[in-house]
Amino acid sequence: MSDDGAATGDDRTTDDGAAVVAAAEAVAERIEAERDHLTQLDSAIGDADHGGNMARGWAAAADAARDLDDPDAETVAKTVGKTLMAEVGGASGPLFGGSLVFAAGELDEGVTPETAVAFAETYLEKVEDRGDARVGDQTMVDALTPAVHTFKKSIEVDDLPPIEALAKAVDAAERGVAFTVPIRARKGRASYLGWRSVGHQDPGATSALFILEELLDVAADRLGVDVPETDASSPTIPDEDPDEAAGDSPEAASEDD
Amino acid sequence: MVGIVVVSHSERAAEGIAEVAAEMAGDTRIEPVGGDGKGGIGTVPDAIEDAIDAAAGGSGDGADGSDSDADGVVVLVDLGSAVMNADVAVELSGAEAVIADAPVLEGAVNAAVAATDPSATVESVREQAEAARDIEKL
Repeated sequence: MSDDGAATGDDRTTDDGAAVVAAAEAVAERIEAERDHLTQLDSAIGDADHGGNMARGWAAAADAARDLDDPDAETVAKTVGKTLMAEVGGASGPLFGGSLVFAAGELDEGVTPETAVAFAETYLEKVEDRGDARVGDQTMVDALTPAVHTFKKSIEVDDLPPIEALAKAVDAAERGVAFTVPIRARKGRASYLGWRSVGHQDPGATSALFILEELLDVAADRLGVDVPETDASSPTIPDEDPDEAAGDSPEAASEDD
Repeated sequence: MVGIVVVSHSERAAEGIAEVAAEMAGDTRIEPVGGDGKGGIGTVPDAIEDAIDAAAGGSGDGADGSDSDADGVVVLVDLGSAVMNADVAVELSGAEAVIADAPVLEGAVNAAVAATDPSATVESVREQAEAARDIEKL
């Protein structure tokens, strides 16, 4: 995320595009490293192809992103999404890739805290609609929902620095992945197992977490800062009026800093 | 004229279903599409988008099917990720297209018959395709 106020115009656009290319490359590398792990999770409750499909798709997506000539963030995100749709296969193609193509439009003015929140919300909404999944169905929605909610709240209510908001979102996603273990699958192939799906970690949610972890690393790297040590719990005062906190008054929330 | 697209995980299944439906279809355009593009089982959104554009009578050279003479396209799908990929393709295509919530073969045959009606619309064809859910065989 380049939120360096000094960068303007074309520099800014190019910077953001390059950041998204770097993110795609980092995700491709990570998913490749986790290929066997993801396949192992999928073999317990699915058809044991998640690791291979995602690794192949992200490798192709990183290549496609790298081949773009001086692209802006929206173009990179769209290209990555389209490549994932074509290469990943199964339901993960339209869910991870199709949602990215759709949400990429939110980045038409580059990557800022505001556009990042809009992107995250649109992405989650699209995954929910396309997969007809909600929290508690043992899917990637269980990782994305806490991540997106925490990110939005950290930016809009707590007025935290974007990198800290993202770090909190990653912790939230990790808790979401853990939540998929003790619940029953209601969507996707694992749902055919019924009660036997209980006790298994969802591979799609796990992939979503890995992707978010890489986004955080790349963002910290490009900002030249360390990844903040934080967790998903809120810094806001517990007994404050929630209506007030949800409004446009970040001052009210920052007193707890 | 309303066009029809048949989407299956198997390219051969899509072709076969389109072949059966074409018996009843008159001049209606029926475009089969399926397979992962590499000879395997699966579906690809881009290929489905091309099929929608072709069924719409457009050139199929991109997202814009607006140069078509068609009154829209009804898409029949088989299972799971094919539904999601068809959903993505409908979004990407410039043509007016809807997915029918119907069994793929029976729905395609019903849709083909409905599309031969000179006053057929996307909605009337989809409705007939979806009526195939109630077909009893015994």
